Formats: sequence, C-alpha cells, structure tokens
Amino acid sequence: MSEAKGQPGAVPPRGAKKPALTIAVPRGALFSETLDRLDWLGIDTSEVRSNDRKLLFGDVGIVTMRPSDVPTYVEQGAADVGFTGKDVLTEQSERDVYELLDLRYGPCTMVLATVAGPDPAAEALRRLGVIRVATKYPKTAAAYFERTGRQAEIVEVKGSVELAPLTGLVEAIVDLTATGTTLRENGLVVREELFRSTARLIANPVAYKLKAAAIDALVDRLRAGREVGVAR
Amino acid sequence: MAILPIPSGTRDILPDEMRELSAIVGALKDVFADAGYGEIATPALEYEEVLARADIGARPAYRVVDDHGAVLVLRSDMTVPIARVVATRYATAEPPLRFGYVAPVYRTVRPHRGMSREFLQAGIELVGSPSPEGTAEALTVLCRALEATGLREFRIGLGDAALFPRLLSDAGVEGEPRRRVLRELQTGDFVGMERELGELHIADAHAELLLRVARLRGGPEVLEEMADQIGDAAHGLLRLYERLEAEVASRLVIDLGLARDLGYYTGAVFEVYDPGLGTPLGGGGRYDDLLGRFGRSLPAVGFALRIDDLHQALTARNGTGS
Repeated sequence: MSEAKGQPGAVPPRGAKKPALTIAVPRGALFSETLDRLDWLGIDTSEVRSNDRKLLFGDVGIVTMRPSDVPTYVEQGAADVGFTGKDVLTEQSERDVYELLDLRYGPCTMVLATVAGPDPAAEALRRLGVIRVATKYPKTAAAYFERTGRQAEIVEVKGSVELAPLTGLVEAIVDLTATGTTLRENGLVVREELFRSTARLIANPVAYKLKAAAIDALVDRLRAGREVGVAR
Repeated sequence: MAILPIPSGTRDILPDEMRELSAIVGALKDVFADAGYGEIATPALEYEEVLARADIGARPAYRVVDDHGAVLVLRSDMTVPIARVVATRYATAEPPLRFGYVAPVYRTVRPHRGMSREFLQAGIELVGSPSPEGTAEALTVLCRALEATGLREFRIGLGDAALFPRLLSDAGVEGEPRRRVLRELQTGDFVGMERELGELHIADAHAELLLRVARLRGGPEVLEEMADQIGDAAHGLLRLYERLEAEVASRLVIDLGLARDLGYYTGAVFEVYDPGLGTPLGGGGRYDDLLGRFGRSLPAVGFALRIDDLHQALTARNGTGS
C-alpha cells in the first residue's frame, strides 16, 4: 500500500523492487540538468542517458517524454511527479497539477520580439490597431495581449518562430529565449519581457496525498540541492 | 456507414459496462438506504434564477430559453437542488433530514481532456445535523459505500474550508492579495503562493504558518502538533476524529491545504482518492450557509461520488490482479 508513512527518502535502495515514485522527465532543454538532479538524489540515470530511443525506465521509475507532455502525464497520474518548465505550465495553466518547487535551473525568458530598427509592432498597432504575432505559445501570448489591452491576431506555428517576421507573415513573435543568440542571428530584437521561466517540480494531486511522505522527502532534498547548487 | 456524432464529453453506455455500473450503483443505494437516507430525484432542468440563489460562483454550463422565455439550466450538482427541495417541501419538517440520490449532472469541459459534460453522481445530503456528529455520520456512510463497491485501498483526505481564509484574516491579508493567495491554494501552486506571500508585508511567522498549513498532510498527530497555531480548526477536526469508528478513522488523511472548487463549503471538506486513479473519485463537506439562501437555515453536510471514476478505479485494481 502506498500509504504516507515513514519512508525516509523518495528513492529506494538500489535493487529494491519498485521505485516509490514514477518521475516524468522532459527530453529537451531541461533533460541533462534534470538527470543531474536525479543522479544527485541517488537515482541511477546511466541507462536513461545512454539510450535515447527507449522512453520508459521502470527499474528507476523514470519516464521520458516531450517537454510539453509532462503536465499531461502527471495530471492523469501516469507519473506521480514531473520536471517541467514554467513556460509549459503557463501555456497549460488549466492542468490540475500541484506546482511544488521552483528548481531554479534552465532559466529563460518569454519575450516579445520583432525585427531590429523601427518597431513594426508599434507601427502596426498605430496604423491598423492590431498586431499579428507568431508563437508556439498561443494561450500565453493571447493572455498577455489581453492583459496589456492590445488587439493581437495570434498565428500558431510549430517550427522555428523566428522565420515568421522575416517572411512578413507577422510583425512580432512571442517566444522563449535563454541567451538571445537565435534572435540576434536572425536580426530580431527583444521589445518586451513577459515573464521569466525556470524548471519546476510538479505532482499529481492524488499522488500528492497518497504518497505524501515520499513526495515531501523529494521536495526537501531538491530544495536542499537547490541551495548548494548541484554540480556534475 | 454514416458517422452520426454525439457531443464530446457524452457517451453511450453498452450492456457489458452498464451491468458493471448498475452493480456499483446498486451497492451504493443499499448502503444509503440502510443508513436511513431516502432516495430522491429532482428535475435535470431548473429555473436559472432559483439555482442562482445558491450563489456558488460557478455558473451552470448549459442554459436554454423555453417557449415562455424563461431561462432553464441543467443542474451542475445535486446539492443545490436538494437545498431547494428542503426549503420548499420540508419547510417545517423536524430535522435531521436524510436524502440519497443517483443522478446525472452536467458540467463544462475543456477540450481534449477526456472530461465529461454529463456524468452520473451518487451521494447523500444530511440536513440539520451540525458538526461534528453530522460530519462523522457522513464520513461513516461514505466509507461503507466505498467498501460496498469493492474498493480496498481508498483514502479520504480531510481538511477545513474555513481554516485558510481565517489564517489569512489573522495575518491581515484582505482584498485582492487575499484573492490571489486563495487562488494559488486552489490551483495547488505553492511556488506562486510563496511568491505572493513574499510580496506582502506580513510577519514571517504568518507567512511560514500559511505555507506550512497549505502543505500539511498526515495522520491526526499533525493536528495535535498544530493545535497551538490553528486553534479551532484543529480542535474541530480532533473532535470529529473522536467520534469516528477506528476503521473509518484509519481511512482518513489530514490535508489542511485541501480546497474544493465548489464555493459553498463552510467547514470540514473531504475528497476520496484511490491509487488506481489519478484524479479524486468524489468528495464533499459541510455547507452550513447554503440552506439559508433558500429560506430554511440549517447546517448540512454531504458527499458525491462519480460512478464512472469509481468504476475505473475498480477496474484498475482488478486489472493489476492485486
């Protein structure tokens, strides 16, 4: 029984039958730093690192997936806890998951960017009263323009967003940037910052109650690790 | 073959599944009847302005205008219609009153989430029995009902809807910041709550207590631990524990951060969890102010279970052969 009782750590000793928690890990920008944290917790991630086609690692309780799928799996209880970015959580704000801890790694910023020079977004607003904006984060972008009282037509794209303003598809983009390199290389400049994002630990609402001790232990250890800074 | 769709979030139930659902419903009805809860049915359609007296914040998802121009809504739960029944048809009856039901209710869905617009709920309402006796009775019936369906490993999270708002008042958090902090509690965003509380100019002790209470889960010992700091709520829940049989008490997990999304709860609140399902199977709590809005002021407590979720949890258990 998975009762919240006296389990000292989230991680069972090696060779134990079943891990206390199933952990959703995003294969993406946060992948390697997330695995570093799990190593630090004593979870053996060597197989996860060496096999990039396999998705489910039952022995260590890890499931790997596309970053934007992490809240889906955690909400449904297919994973008890998950690592994901605040950008993903903001875009999927209706997901019923607990956000337990700001892990502080994987920093990046959601920005509004346009081509350099005179601001074409401001010009479009002045002349047409509406900006066309390309993004992979349609809900985040729509909410931002609504909050700031500007009319925007959101164009959802799946691939490289930077292409959209260069081809005249839109006047501006809303996208996530870590270093700004890709924006710069495409002649784009940041006009506004929407919010800063970092990695977060999330939990399934039922697992959060039924596996309380294991999850609290995980949160405490990750919080401690956050203070000292985990090195490879 | 033509495709004749039905609305997303609705479904047809075929004989194999219906047989299993009926068995669950039958087991629940027997427990409700044995405990003295009379079965009741109310119309699926009601006048919007009548149900709106409940003032629970959430507006009904489906409304139609009838041929006389009156606005009708599909009920979103059974608690509010039963409050209406008590105030109108039992206006002078001697409490306590006990009602049980099995009925479909209607809610909005968010797209692509596998949510239901129409789903079957089974539950009870105990009207006129105050805390803690009434709450203890409702929890006992809830445990018996779940056991009768064959569910083995379920747990009931128990909290107090009045606790967190009161701690916010003690800390002097009012108005817009209060609304924001309560929202973080309701959505389970502890990172956001820590940030919100950090931005308020309140004593560190208050902020620490709020964060601790929001996350506090465990057995009755956590109540004794917190008794000095949260006073009434801890004593109230401990008095409730004292009245429970051991097998009911052993099912409970204290969860002081528990916040149910229906707006009418005033005291003890609970939610049912099973390891076989990632979402709660149902829940309930005390709603001591609701009946008064319909014209007969009586304390009340009740719960509702989602039959489909119960079925899924039972199937998951059998599937793993445990």
